[in-house]
Amino acid sequence: MDSQHPSLDTLKDIKRIMERSSRFLSLSGLSGLSAGICALVGAYFAHQWLNNYYEESGKNGYDVASMHDLKNKLIALALLVLLAALAFSFYFTWNKARKNKLPIWDHTSKKLLLNLLIPLVAGGLFVGGLLYHNEWRLVAPACLVFYGLALVNASKYTLTDIRYLGLLEIVLGLVNLYYADYGLYYWAIGFGLLHIIYGLIMWWKYDKMAEQ
Amino acid sequence: MKNPIGNLNKIFDSRIRMGVMSVLLVNDEINFNDLKQLLELTDGNLASHLTNLEENGYIKVHKGFIGRKTNTTYSITKAGQKAFQEHIQALETMIRQVR
Repeated sequence: MDSQHPSLDTLKDIKRIMERSSRFLSLSGLSGLSAGICALVGAYFAHQWLNNYYEESGKNGYDVASMHDLKNKLIALALLVLLAALAFSFYFTWNKARKNKLPIWDHTSKKLLLNLLIPLVAGGLFVGGLLYHNEWRLVAPACLVFYGLALVNASKYTLTDIRYLGLLEIVLGLVNLYYADYGLYYWAIGFGLLHIIYGLIMWWKYDKMAEQ
Repeated sequence: MKNPIGNLNKIFDSRIRMGVMSVLLVNDEINFNDLKQLLELTDGNLASHLTNLEENGYIKVHKGFIGRKTNTTYSITKAGQKAFQEHIQALETMIRQVR
């Protein structure tokens, strides 16, 4: 390559500016990895609680109070997992932006966030509605589908790879819809396993290469 | 043979104007402060180049308000798009001839 050629340098600059001005590139693979671990830990606790509940109710019969208690605990757990995942993801991405001396809050991250949030907030409200109507079986499929749509939508404003993650989440959610009793497993695969795999691939592809 | 340098646009010789056009080619519109942050420039420096591009009909300026604060946004014109793409093509042609 003849990098001394001024035209080539100019073209490279043009490409770099176009990329940097239209996509938020500081998204860290470790963000995906940490979110996946949070999800798996959460799913493990939910699984334990559900098992305990079914054992208890098998012995002592159905009990409205303990059912109610379980529901509240699961909702609290879900919110806690969400908060932990957001905090870790934000930390690693913020760290990567800082290392690359790029702003974390600029025109690209604003666009990314807005486009991520539109399907995500719709999904959150939708899931809230499901809970209100006691449609527990549809919560996991709805989470997966809306999250997938959010990723596909956001992929135009960050690393294009998250588009494929989004598509996988959508497929998983739709399959889950027909095997609704296994929601927790699908949820753990979608939010846990896929995030971990995706996070590792992204970390390998972008972060590790950048360190070398 | 046609001289490829003839297709290079003098207006885009400036790195700042080249940067502005690069940003606007991939963003529908962008406001002054975001543009300044992206290209790491000062107010005065950026403003004069934007005026130049506007006078040449390559970019459009929209003056708006967010609350009471002015919010000036910029977008590329059809002519600007065409001119900048031709400039990029001219650069590519030059590289191919050197090799």
